[in-house]
Amino acid sequence: MLRRRLNRLFGRDERRVDSRTIYVGHRPCPATEALTPPKFCDNRIVSSKYTVWNFLPKNLFEQFRRIANFYFLIIFLVQVIVDTPTSPVTSGLPLFFVITVTAIKQGYEDWLRHKADNEVNKYLVTVLEDGRRACKESEKIKVGDVVEVVEDETFPCDLILLQSSREDETCFVTTASLDGESNHKTHYTVPDTERNLESLSATIECEQPQPDLYKFVGRMHIYRNNQEPAVRSLGPENLLLKGATLKNTQKIYGVAVYSGMETKMALNYQGKSQKRSAVEKSINAFLLVYLCILVSKALVCTTLKYVWQSRPGQDEPWYNQKTQKEKDTNLYLKMFTDFLSFMVLFNFIIPVSMYVTVEMQKFLGSFFISWDKDFFDPEIQEGALVNTSDLNEELGQVEYVFTDKTGTLTQNNMEFIECCIDGFQYKYADSGTELDGFCVTDGPVNILQQKAGREKEELFLRALCLCHTVQVKEATGQEDGVADGVEDQVDGVMGLDGETVRPADLRGFIASSPDEVALVKGAMKYGFKFLGMESKNMRVMNRNNDVETYELLHVLNFDPVRRRMSVIVRTKSGDTMLFCKGADSSIFPRVRQEEVDRIRMHVERNATEGYRTLCVAYKLLSSEEYDQADTGLREAKLALQDREEKLMAVYNQVETGMSLIGATAVEDRLQEEAAETMEALQGAGMKVWVLTGDKMETAKSTCYACRLFQRSTELLELTVRTLVDLGRKREERLHELLLDYHKRAVQDAPPIKAGVTRSWSSANQDYGFIIDGATLSLVLNSSPDSNSSCYKSLFLQICQNCTTVLCCRMAPLQKAQIVKMVKNSKGSPITLSIGDGANDVSMILEAHVGIGIKGREGRQAVRNSDYAIPKLKHLKKLLLGHGHLYYVRIAHLVQYFFYKNLCFILPQFLYQFFCGYSQQPLYDAAYLTMYNICFTSMPILANSLLEQHICMEVLMDNAALYRDVAKNAMLRWGPFLYWTLLGVYQGLLFFFGVRFLFSNPALQDNGQVFGNWSYGTIVFTVLVFTVTLKLAMDTRHWTWINHFVIWGSLAFYMFFSFFWGGIIWPFLRQQRLYFVFANMLSSVSAWLIIILLILLSLLPEILLLVLRKPRGPHSRQKKPVVQSGEGKTQSPRSSARPLLMRTFSDESNTIL
Amino acid sequence: MMKEELETANRPDNTAFTQQRLPAWQPMLSAGIVIPGFVLIGLAFIGIGVALFIASQNITVLEKDYTGVETTSDCYKCSNPSDKNCTCKLDFSLSILFEGPVFFYYGLSNYFQSQRSYGASKDEYQLSGDLEYFKTPISACSPYQYDANQKPIVPCGSLANSMFNDTFKLYQIVNGTKKLVPFDGKGIAWWTDYNIKYRNPSVTPLKSAFNGTVKPSFWSKPAYELDTSDPSNNGFVNQDFLVWMRRAALPDFRKLYRRITEGDYASGLPAGNYSLEIAYNYPVLSFGGRKKVVFSNVSWMGGKNQFLGIAYLVVGSLCVVMSMVMLIVYAKFKFPEDD
Repeated sequence: MLRRRLNRLFGRDERRVDSRTIYVGHRPCPATEALTPPKFCDNRIVSSKYTVWNFLPKNLFEQFRRIANFYFLIIFLVQVIVDTPTSPVTSGLPLFFVITVTAIKQGYEDWLRHKADNEVNKYLVTVLEDGRRACKESEKIKVGDVVEVVEDETFPCDLILLQSSREDETCFVTTASLDGESNHKTHYTVPDTERNLESLSATIECEQPQPDLYKFVGRMHIYRNNQEPAVRSLGPENLLLKGATLKNTQKIYGVAVYSGMETKMALNYQGKSQKRSAVEKSINAFLLVYLCILVSKALVCTTLKYVWQSRPGQDEPWYNQKTQKEKDTNLYLKMFTDFLSFMVLFNFIIPVSMYVTVEMQKFLGSFFISWDKDFFDPEIQEGALVNTSDLNEELGQVEYVFTDKTGTLTQNNMEFIECCIDGFQYKYADSGTELDGFCVTDGPVNILQQKAGREKEELFLRALCLCHTVQVKEATGQEDGVADGVEDQVDGVMGLDGETVRPADLRGFIASSPDEVALVKGAMKYGFKFLGMESKNMRVMNRNNDVETYELLHVLNFDPVRRRMSVIVRTKSGDTMLFCKGADSSIFPRVRQEEVDRIRMHVERNATEGYRTLCVAYKLLSSEEYDQADTGLREAKLALQDREEKLMAVYNQVETGMSLIGATAVEDRLQEEAAETMEALQGAGMKVWVLTGDKMETAKSTCYACRLFQRSTELLELTVRTLVDLGRKREERLHELLLDYHKRAVQDAPPIKAGVTRSWSSANQDYGFIIDGATLSLVLNSSPDSNSSCYKSLFLQICQNCTTVLCCRMAPLQKAQIVKMVKNSKGSPITLSIGDGANDVSMILEAHVGIGIKGREGRQAVRNSDYAIPKLKHLKKLLLGHGHLYYVRIAHLVQYFFYKNLCFILPQFLYQFFCGYSQQPLYDAAYLTMYNICFTSMPILANSLLEQHICMEVLMDNAALYRDVAKNAMLRWGPFLYWTLLGVYQGLLFFFGVRFLFSNPALQDNGQVFGNWSYGTIVFTVLVFTVTLKLAMDTRHWTWINHFVIWGSLAFYMFFSFFWGGIIWPFLRQQRLYFVFANMLSSVSAWLIIILLILLSLLPEILLLVLRKPRGPHSRQKKPVVQSGEGKTQSPRSSARPLLMRTFSDESNTIL
Repeated sequence: MMKEELETANRPDNTAFTQQRLPAWQPMLSAGIVIPGFVLIGLAFIGIGVALFIASQNITVLEKDYTGVETTSDCYKCSNPSDKNCTCKLDFSLSILFEGPVFFYYGLSNYFQSQRSYGASKDEYQLSGDLEYFKTPISACSPYQYDANQKPIVPCGSLANSMFNDTFKLYQIVNGTKKLVPFDGKGIAWWTDYNIKYRNPSVTPLKSAFNGTVKPSFWSKPAYELDTSDPSNNGFVNQDFLVWMRRAALPDFRKLYRRITEGDYASGLPAGNYSLEIAYNYPVLSFGGRKKVVFSNVSWMGGKNQFLGIAYLVVGSLCVVMSMVMLIVYAKFKFPEDD
C-alpha cells in the first residue's frame, strides 16, 4: 500500500501518461534519444500488510478504527483517568483479550502472506543479460528484462511472449491460479520477432497497469538496421500473466512489462467491497437503544445523586468526609466525572464479548456449509465453498432470487440436436428411424426425400468445422490417438442415468464455450472432422477422409454485444471466405431476406422447444474486400486507444451482405432437480427472477420446464414484439401496456395478507412477467421528460406481484441493474443472485448474497461469490436448511446477549439507590469481568452453532417454514421488546428478592450478618443460573456439547467462586470476596432465595412455552438421528482448503 | 486409484458433528410433564414455605430505638453531640423467657456504609499487618491518611475511623439489684476474617508496632488497646472492629454486638425487668440516622424474616393454581401434545 503510494508520489510524471515504454533487454534503440531508463517498481510482491516494525501501531490503529473497539477503548481510558468504581482491568482485560486474539490472528495470516510472498519473491528465474543466462531472484527482475520460463513454471511477472520453443510460435498456459480456469489457453508470440533475441532491438509501448485480466493493448516497435521500425500490435493473446503456468511448451522467452505490484495478478488482489447483513443492521439498531438506556441510566443516577446530596446532612456525613481535593473540585466537573463513572459502571450492558461471540459464531458456523457432504459433488470432486462468513444468516432471509439460466438452471452441457440447412431439417439419430412431421432422419448423414444440395450441406458442415476457436488437445500418451478418443466420446456426452458426466469426456476439444464443442462434434457426426491447427492452417477431414487445409487469416472474436463470431479463411484454391455464426437476431439483419424466411420457422420452433439456436452464414470475399478488411483489422488491432470500438466498427463492416446457410439447435439440459428446487424456493415465499442473455422463447420454455411458469400462470409480456403495434410510438405503447398489466396484477389482485403469509397454493391467479433487455432499458432509462420514475415504479409493482419474472436478452450490466433496482425498492428486500459465468459476476456482486455455481464457464463467478456450490439443487438446502438455521441461531444469539446483559446490569443500577448514588458496584470486579467471558459465553456460543429448533429434514420438506423467519422476523422490535421486558423483569426480581431477604442481614444460624459483597454474590449467582437455564429452556436440540457447556459453565462458576474466595490472592490488594461464597452456601436462607428467584424468573417463560399454540405437526415428527460408522474411515482433511482461501482473500473475517 | 485418493481428500468428513447430525435429545415441555411438575414444585414450595414461616414465627425479636429523639427517652439528654461520655439507660421487661441463645445486635439506619468512597477508604495491606503500610498508608484513606502532624493514622481511612463506639451493659433487675448479664464477644465476626484475612503485625508487644503512628481521630483508644481484657482481641483482629469493617449492603442495617450464652443466661433471658446501660458516643442525628438495639434469637434460617416464608407460600400456591388452570385448559382443548 505504502509502497504504491510512494511510487505514485515519486513517479507522478510517469503516471500521467497513458502508456509506458519498455526497452526490451534494456537496449537503447536508435529511434530514441539517450536512453533514460524509466522507473518502474521492482518485482517484489507485497501482499502482506505489516512488517515486524509497523505491526503493532498499524494493527492497533486498524483495530481501533472499528467503532465498537473504539468505544471500549474510550471506556477503558475513562476508567484509567477518572476515579471510577471499577478498576480499569474489568474492561481493559476483555478488550485486551479481544485485541490480542485479533492481532495474533491477523499477525498469523500476515505471516502466511509473508511466507507466500517470500516464496514468490525469492524464486530463482533465468534472465538473459547481455547474451548470458543469469540466475536471479524473482524480486530482482526489472521491467525490460528478458526472462526464460520452462514448462510447468509459473511466470514471475507479466511478460510479452517473444519466443516459444514450439514451432507454431504459440505456447499454452493455464490460468488456474488466477481465475480458476484450468483449460489450456493459447498465447502467441509477437509476429516477426527475430529468432536471435540478443540482437533484438525493440521497444514496447503499452498501457499503464490495469487490473482487467483479459484486457491488454500495446504495440511493439522493432528496429532493424536502418529500416523503418516495424510495428506489431500486442493484445492479451501476447501477454503472459504472472501467476499463470506454462504448459505443453518446453520453454519460452518473454520480456517483462509489468512487475511486482503492478502485475495484473497483484492488482486483482484488492478485496471485494464488504457486504453487511441485515442482522448486523438490527444489532446496530439495538445497540443504539442500549446506548440510550446506558446514557439515561447514568443521567438518572447523576441527577438523583445531586438531588439527594442537596438534602441536609447527606452530602458529607461525618463518617465519610471528603478529601481536600474533592472539596476543591468544581461542581460541574464533579457532575461530569460522576456521569462518566456511572457510564463506566453500567457499560457492561454493551459487552465486548458480543462482538467476539457473533464473529466466532459466523466464522465457525460457516464451516458447517463447507463440511456438508450433501453439497459434495462427485463429478467435480468438490463441495461448497464459503468465501465470506458474514452473510450466513442472510441465507435465511432471501426474498428475491435472481438466477441465470445457462449453466445454472440448465447444465450448460451442450448436445447437438439437429440442424437445418437451407430450410431442410436434419436430425441425427443413433439408430433406427425417427418420424418427424417434417422429415425422416436416417443414419449419420440423412438421406431425405427432400434435402439440400450436397454443396450446401458440405458448405454448412465446413462452416461448422471452421468457424470456432476450439483447440484440439494433444494426446497425452495414455490415450491412444486423438481421433479415437474423439470418436468414443460422442456417445458418452450425456450420462442419462445422472451418473458421472466427467469433464474428461470432453477430452479432445478445448473451447471457451461448450456450444462450440457441441457444434464441432455435431459436424463430426455428419462426417466432417476438425483435426486441429497446424501453424496457421486449420485441418478438416471431410466425408471422403481427405484432409482439407484452410489458412486462418482472421478470427473476429465473439462478444456479447455483437452476439456472433466470424473467421476469415483462405481455401487451398485461394478463395477467401468468411464464416459467421451467431444469434438469429444478429445474423438475420445481415443476410438476404428470402433466405431468412426459409430458416426462421425452424429457428423459432427449435427455440420454443428449449434449444439454443445459432445461425450460420458465409460470404465469399473478393480480394479487394479482403484487403480492405485486412488493413482495417490490422490498424484497429494496433490502436492503443479505443481498440475495442475500432475493432467493432471493422467487424460490423465486414460482416455484412452474407448469405445464410443454416441453423443449428443445441440442447442444454436442465440441471438436476432444477424444477424441485425452484418449486421449493417459491414455496418458501421467494420470488424467482430468471435473468438470461438467451432468447425469450428458449428462456420461456426453460421456465416452464423448471415449473417456474405453470399452466395456470398468466403471462404478462413486455417485449419488443408486444411493443411493435399499429405503428404507434413505442413509449406510448409501453405506457399503455404497463398500466394494463398494473391493473391486472396489482389493483385487481386480492390484497396480500401481511406480505408474508400468502398461501401459494391458493386459487390466486399466478402471474408471470416477461421483459426483454431492450424494453427494460426503455423502462429504466426512458427520456427524462416522460414520467420515467412512474414507469419504473409501475414496473416494480407489477413484478412484485408476479411469482416469476423472466428477463431475457439481458446484458450483464442490465442484470446488475435489475438486482439493484429490486434491492433498493420499498422494504429493501434481501436479494440473492446465483450464476455460474463471467456474465453473472456483476449481479453476484450487486446482490446481498451472491452464489456462484462451480460450473463449466470458468471460475469467475465462484471467485466473486459469497458462497459457491457445485449444483443448483444445493441451493435448496443452503437456503431452506442452513440459511434458516443460521438466521434463527444468530437472531437468538443477539437477543439473548442483550437480554443477559440487561438483567446483569439492572441490579447494579438499582443498587445505586441504596448506596447513595456513589457508583458502588454490586458485583465484584472478577464477576464483572468474567460474566461475559467465561460464565455465560460458552453455552450461547454452542447453542448458536448447534441449535436446530426444527431439524434439517423437516425444514427441507416444508418450504413454507422459511416464511416463519422471513423479513427478519426474530429481530424486529416486537421480539426485541419481549426480550428486553424479560430482562427487566428478571433484573427487578433478582435485586428486590435479595433486597427483602436482606431486610434482616443475619442469614446464618450463628447470627452473623452478611455484608454488601454477599448481597452481590447472591444476586450474581441467581443471575448466572437464571440466564443459563433460560438458554437451556430455549435449546431444542441437546447434543452432548450442549450438555457439556451448559452444565459445565454452571459447574465452572461454582468452582471459580469457591476458588476465588478460597485463597488470599497475593497480587490483589482487596480480598473482598474472601470466603463470601462459601459463607453464602452455608446459609440455608441464601439457598432458598436462590432457588426461589430462579424459579420465579423462569416461570413466565415456562408458562408461555406450555400455553403457546402448539406448532404444526412438522415440528414434532423428527426422524431418528442415526449417523455413524461408515463415515469414520474417511480422512479428516476437508476443512483445510476453505481456511486457506479465507486467509488469503480478505480482511473481512477478522475476529471482531 | 488416483481418483479414489482425490475423492477422499476433497470429500467432506462424514462425521455426525460436521454433518450436524450429532445425536440429540429434543425435549418438549408438554402439558403432560409441566402440569405434574408444577404440582410437585408447588407442593414442595408450600412445604418449605410453611416450614420457613413457622421458623420465622418462633423467633423472638426485641427492638428498641435509643437515638434519643423523643424527649421522653432517657437518651434524649445524650443526643447533644457536644456532650461527651454521656450514659443513658433503656429499661424493658420480659414477660416470658426469651429463649436463647440470644443475639444482641445494634442497628443503624440511614447510614450509608455502602458508599463507594467510604468502603474504599481503607488500606488492606495495612490491615493484613504489613508494617510498610503503617508508615505510608494508601492514599484512598484520605482524609484519614495522615493527621495534622503528618503522622500516619493506623488503621487509616473513613471506614475504620467511624467504627461504632457505643458500648452496652445489660442488667437484669433482680429484686431491685442489678445483675450483670454476661456478654460473649467471641464469634461475632466471620471466622475467616478473624483468623486469616486480618492480621496484626507479628511484633511483640503489639504496641511497639504502632510506634510513630496515631490512632484514628474518632477513636478514644488506640487499636492495640481495644480490648483490655483479652490480649488476643486487639489490634486489627478485634471482633467488634471486624464486624464493623464488613460493610453492610443497605443503609438500614444491623450488626452483631454480643451473644448471651453464658451462666444463668445460656438458655435465654428469663422473664423479668432489664436495664440496658448505654455509653452514648456515636453521633447519628447530624445525618438523620437512628440507632437501635435488637435482641433476637435465631433459627436454622437465620434471623427473623417473614419475607422468605411468605414468598415460598405464594410461589408454591401460584404453581399449584397454574397447574389447575392448565389442566382445565387442556381438558377443554384436549391434549394436542400427546400422541
